[in-house]
Amino acid sequence: MSAPASLPVRILNQGRYEAVMMLRNGEQLILAVVLPLLAMVALVVTPLLDGYGTSRINMATPGIFALCAMSTAFTGQGIATGFDRRYGVLRYLSTTPLGRAGLIAGKVIAVLAVLLIQVVLVSVVALLIGWRPELSGLVPALLQLFLGAIAFTALGLLVAGTVRPEATLAITNLLWILLAAAGGIIIPVGHLPSLLQPFIEVLPSAALGDALRSALIDSQFNISATLILLAWTILGGLGAVRWFKWS
Amino acid sequence: MQVPIDEPCLTIKGLIKDCGPVAGLDGKMIRVLAGVDFTARRGSVTALLGANGAGKTTTLECAQGLQPINGGEIRLLGQDPYRADAHLRSRVGVMLQDGGLPPSARPVALLEHVARMYESPRPVAELVERLGIRSFANTGIRRLSGGQKQRLAMAAALIGRPEVLFLDEPSAGLDPQSRQIVFELIEELRAEGLGIILTTHLMDDAQKLADYVYIIDAGKTVASGTVAELTSATGQQAEQRLLTFDAAPGLDVAGLAYGTLQHLEVTEAATGHYAVRGALTPRDLAALAGWWAEMDILPSSVHMASRTLEDVFLDLSGRTIR
Repeated sequence: MSAPASLPVRILNQGRYEAVMMLRNGEQLILAVVLPLLAMVALVVTPLLDGYGTSRINMATPGIFALCAMSTAFTGQGIATGFDRRYGVLRYLSTTPLGRAGLIAGKVIAVLAVLLIQVVLVSVVALLIGWRPELSGLVPALLQLFLGAIAFTALGLLVAGTVRPEATLAITNLLWILLAAAGGIIIPVGHLPSLLQPFIEVLPSAALGDALRSALIDSQFNISATLILLAWTILGGLGAVRWFKWS
Repeated sequence: MQVPIDEPCLTIKGLIKDCGPVAGLDGKMIRVLAGVDFTARRGSVTALLGANGAGKTTTLECAQGLQPINGGEIRLLGQDPYRADAHLRSRVGVMLQDGGLPPSARPVALLEHVARMYESPRPVAELVERLGIRSFANTGIRRLSGGQKQRLAMAAALIGRPEVLFLDEPSAGLDPQSRQIVFELIEELRAEGLGIILTTHLMDDAQKLADYVYIIDAGKTVASGTVAELTSATGQQAEQRLLTFDAAPGLDVAGLAYGTLQHLEVTEAATGHYAVRGALTPRDLAALAGWWAEMDILPSSVHMASRTLEDVFLDLSGRTIR
């Protein structure tokens, strides 16, 4: 008599499998680790962030965490899901005991696992450079980073589940560059053209960057940024549930 | 819920499925399935036969719970497959037409991954051995041949010891050796009591493997029965026969069919190869031989058979493979 493995076993198994696939993929690794670290170094050696915060590294690091979340949850996960959809992998796995919900849960776990590795790496490098975060802001920052990762996962799934994988590749990479440069993620909204500020403020990138900066620099819980992230999570999630095509 | 052993493992009644919106049709929905009936039992191979585009894969995807349906009813092991829980899914093995295998994965690693989704999976080593996967056990899936991918997809479908096995075009892309391996395994699994449901557009496969055949055309079930029933065409139709003979090309078959043999269909199917279809009687054979004598024809071969599944299929789907 055939029986499924238990739900946690199935989901953790899928999460581990997808995390290993992500870490084995060279392009994903560049996106997830190399580019954020390069961005951090660039922000420390250039005067881009001068005038804000206590030091360049203290100002840069929260934004780099946010960038890591966007790399893994939105661009990396989106592209992988898009191609899995093309190759029928989503359909096949949803016929196994894993199922559709288990497949999504596995992806979320993989994103969180890779993000954890990114956060540890970035933290170590930042601390070596001289990063001194507000300790009381660490727990809120982790919670907000978690929320941001979920929001970007939902948005990545929405893109991957509705357009061709080539389009997903183009859209998520382009948005990564645009949002990294001018989405308020590593360069605070206040540094960007004032005409665009009201629009940029409500982007998930700016909300996550602002929330982490508030927590780690000023040890404040940024309520409006958290609410914006929550709204994107709900919108992205509902959109993905409504429009995600499995084949 | 345990379904009694003689109960069908899959029942489809009046299945309706709309797809779309289709860009080329002003965003209208198109009716892909317009009344498919299908029943499969344990310990037997049931084939869904149809031309490309007839709706075979869509029917299977609905039965596997991959697509919601627009009408009719599907019961897979007594349950609605679209709402299947993990317990139901663990009892059903699926091999998709395109495999559904991640191209960057490696065969054995993938099988081990899928095996962890089940409480007591079939040992990976056993399947690797049985399906001849060892020689490409660690080759990236994107570099495998069509036949190798098919065998791997079959292993993945079997790993959870399913009671019901769906195989969408199992012989597509198979070299003769892979085909032998896969066909033997299907017969073995049938003997173990699995309910096996497969689609094919190859008549030979259906004739060789299937205990029961459903023919669908344009999204509807148009005939069903055992291969013997379908090809002997009992019921209203008189015994259908197919007589073929080889002789000089360009004979006046129209003249032949015009006379005493006008209830038969006589065609020159290929150059010098003639086919006589219909309810052939001994008297018709005499008439045919009389015509040969009259025309001074000595056929180089004469062969008579009951209809093949292919004849049945061609009759039902308008004599064209679309």
